[in-house]
Amino acid sequence: MTPAIEMRDVERKLGTKEMRFDFSRERGTITAVLGPSGSGKSTLLNLIAGFLAPDSGRVMIDGEDMGRLPPGERGVSMVFQDNNLFAHLDIATNIGLGLDPALKLDAAQKDRIADSLERVGLAGYEKRLPGTLSGGERQRVALARAFARARPLLLLDEPFDGLGPGLAADMISLMLEIRADVDATVLMVTHDPHEAVTTADHVLFVNNGTIAADTTMDGFFEREDLPDLTAYLRGGPDR
Amino acid sequence: MTSAPLTRAETRAASLGGMAAIVLVGAGILVPVTALLWRGADTTLGFGFDPYLWRITRFTLWQAALSTALSILFAIPLARALARRPDFPGRVWILRLFAVPLGLPPLVAALGILSVWGNNGAINRALAELFGATPFSVYGLSGILIAHVFFNLPLAVRLMLLGLERQPQEYWKNAAVLGMGGWTTFRLIEWPAMARPAAGAAGLVFMLCVTSFTLVLILGGGPSATTLEVAIFQALRFDFDPPRAIWLALIQIALTAVALLLLRLIGGEDDRSQLLATGQERPDAKTGISRAADAVLIVAGAAFVMAPMAATLVSGLAADFSRLVFRPALWQAIATSLGIAAAAATLSILVALLLIRARFGEAGDRQPGRRALHGIAGATGSLVLLVPPVVMGAGWFLLMRGGRSSLLAPLAVIVTINAMMALPFVMRVLETAYRAVLNRNGRLALSLGVTGWHRIRRVDLPALAKPLRAAFAFAMALSLGDLGAIALFGNEKLVTLPWLLYQSMGSYRTTDAAGIALVLGVLCVTLMIFADRSPVGSRRDRR
Repeated sequence: MTPAIEMRDVERKLGTKEMRFDFSRERGTITAVLGPSGSGKSTLLNLIAGFLAPDSGRVMIDGEDMGRLPPGERGVSMVFQDNNLFAHLDIATNIGLGLDPALKLDAAQKDRIADSLERVGLAGYEKRLPGTLSGGERQRVALARAFARARPLLLLDEPFDGLGPGLAADMISLMLEIRADVDATVLMVTHDPHEAVTTADHVLFVNNGTIAADTTMDGFFEREDLPDLTAYLRGGPDR
Repeated sequence: MTSAPLTRAETRAASLGGMAAIVLVGAGILVPVTALLWRGADTTLGFGFDPYLWRITRFTLWQAALSTALSILFAIPLARALARRPDFPGRVWILRLFAVPLGLPPLVAALGILSVWGNNGAINRALAELFGATPFSVYGLSGILIAHVFFNLPLAVRLMLLGLERQPQEYWKNAAVLGMGGWTTFRLIEWPAMARPAAGAAGLVFMLCVTSFTLVLILGGGPSATTLEVAIFQALRFDFDPPRAIWLALIQIALTAVALLLLRLIGGEDDRSQLLATGQERPDAKTGISRAADAVLIVAGAAFVMAPMAATLVSGLAADFSRLVFRPALWQAIATSLGIAAAAATLSILVALLLIRARFGEAGDRQPGRRALHGIAGATGSLVLLVPPVVMGAGWFLLMRGGRSSLLAPLAVIVTINAMMALPFVMRVLETAYRAVLNRNGRLALSLGVTGWHRIRRVDLPALAKPLRAAFAFAMALSLGDLGAIALFGNEKLVTLPWLLYQSMGSYRTTDAAGIALVLGVLCVTLMIFADRSPVGSRRDRR
């Protein structure tokens, strides 16, 4: 079976830092990307999304070499910690841009916007501006957009950070439902081990620009054969 | 600001100082304006609003509107291109270059523009060489427009670029992931981010162009392309026609009042944040053709702004300095200019500090007198803009009936006018800084009992050293480059560098003029570098 996402000997130099990534994931998996700050977690995501081009090696999505394909053509949706919505555009427009980047929407697509908002429990929010929503509601709109787009790969960059534990848990279950609906593969950068355990079935532990551990979630945090992991966990969630 | 950490005695002292400053500025502005009104009522202004006045008013507005439109129109794609290409080679130097016109004396720039665009300028020569074209004349509306765009395009670009770079980095990543094209990104994200700064810049540029004197004087050429400011100068110094000057001045004040009002309505909230040396990553703008188009735009924009400065440098270096340095007139002019500039900068900073201090600790005050003082002290800084230097000068000129017999009176007037000119800028630089200092050190100083004069001397002024230096250098540069006041009061005994330059240009001593222009330009640019408001901050500094 072709992996949903694969990084093959991808190398990239950033400043003086050499990064090297090599891994693959099957369709439908949820992978937590963990590691100390500055270890290269975000670089990994940026390479997959196409914000950064690899110096060598290949990024493959569904078996296709992404080469220099721009981010918009890679079949990727992305949710950041903040500023996922354009603050001066209403909710419908923010989601609509995910369906047609030129914003020429037909009736079916408009229905899809309404459906996606209903899916995240924000029915009727089309005309609201992001500023009038709470932080949690804004992240839900971002998830609604990912839902409406239904791309095979969902990249999450600390999306539930700063929402508070209860709200984050709600968001995670919503994200899992949406993932199941669109059968997406998920890569999620997080610094919260608890969040990782409750959400993901796989782990990438990134340290010092490379993948130090690439495994399933079962028993990962109990492992004692990885000094870097022990140090990372003992230091507590770094920020 | 709820309560400023000032003791009661300090608040009282600050209020007194503020009142003194208001009286001083009031005298500086109101005396000449009253003189204009007085003489206006006094003389029979029989001819009224005649076609001549009407034509000049119309032209003043027309050239200002056109200059504004052109500056903004060119600035939009240029700012966008610079924002989209954070890794363009030499980008940081282009941004620094764009800060230079702000401090460049208009007279020097005018000369530079002539050597690029003039009858014997580089462009005309190239056209003649290549196509055998007959030279076009830059004098008139086209020259005025080129000069105004030269000064204001960089300003508008910097303001709009700030608007763009204030957007969160995720916006550009989102645009890329969603696959939004260049046009959609511009329409939905970039333009909304640029629109407010563009409106603010438009207001500012219009204000500057409505009161533009030197550029129009040099590049206008003839009565068909004359603005109110230049007409005032001519009415007073050549035609000896005070009633006409009074009419012109009153119209000018009315126009600036309207322009100032417009500026307020637009809400040209000034952006005090600085541009970053490194722009934002733009993953949404990576494709080939648009990259080339952006590069062409950036190079063209930089060349347009750089050419007059480079020309000033080249023709200045060609001047016969070995002869020029033995002209005592040059050294006298340098000394006079520096003296006036230093005095004006000192006065300006003093007044600004007094006004700013009067605004501390008054906001929450229930005493109506103090509240009023707070408001007036704030407004004084911008009220100065209402009366442009030449109008102010015209009032004093009439009051002193030419006043060319003595030396001290005109000197004092020039210093006053130059100080007033710089006041809005100086206040802008100092007010934010002083607020920050008081917030940081205020309560500590109070708890240690360091108050009053001791605090000013030991805490406030040392902490303000950097902004003070910047304000002083900038005020000096402004004063050094000013031709408006000296054009009215200059005489054989009172010659500043711009006045000497203007005379050399008038008597066709072209190489001397080029040399003097270089000296003046280098002086001002050095001061500006000293004042440094250009993008040098690192990403961390902005937070």
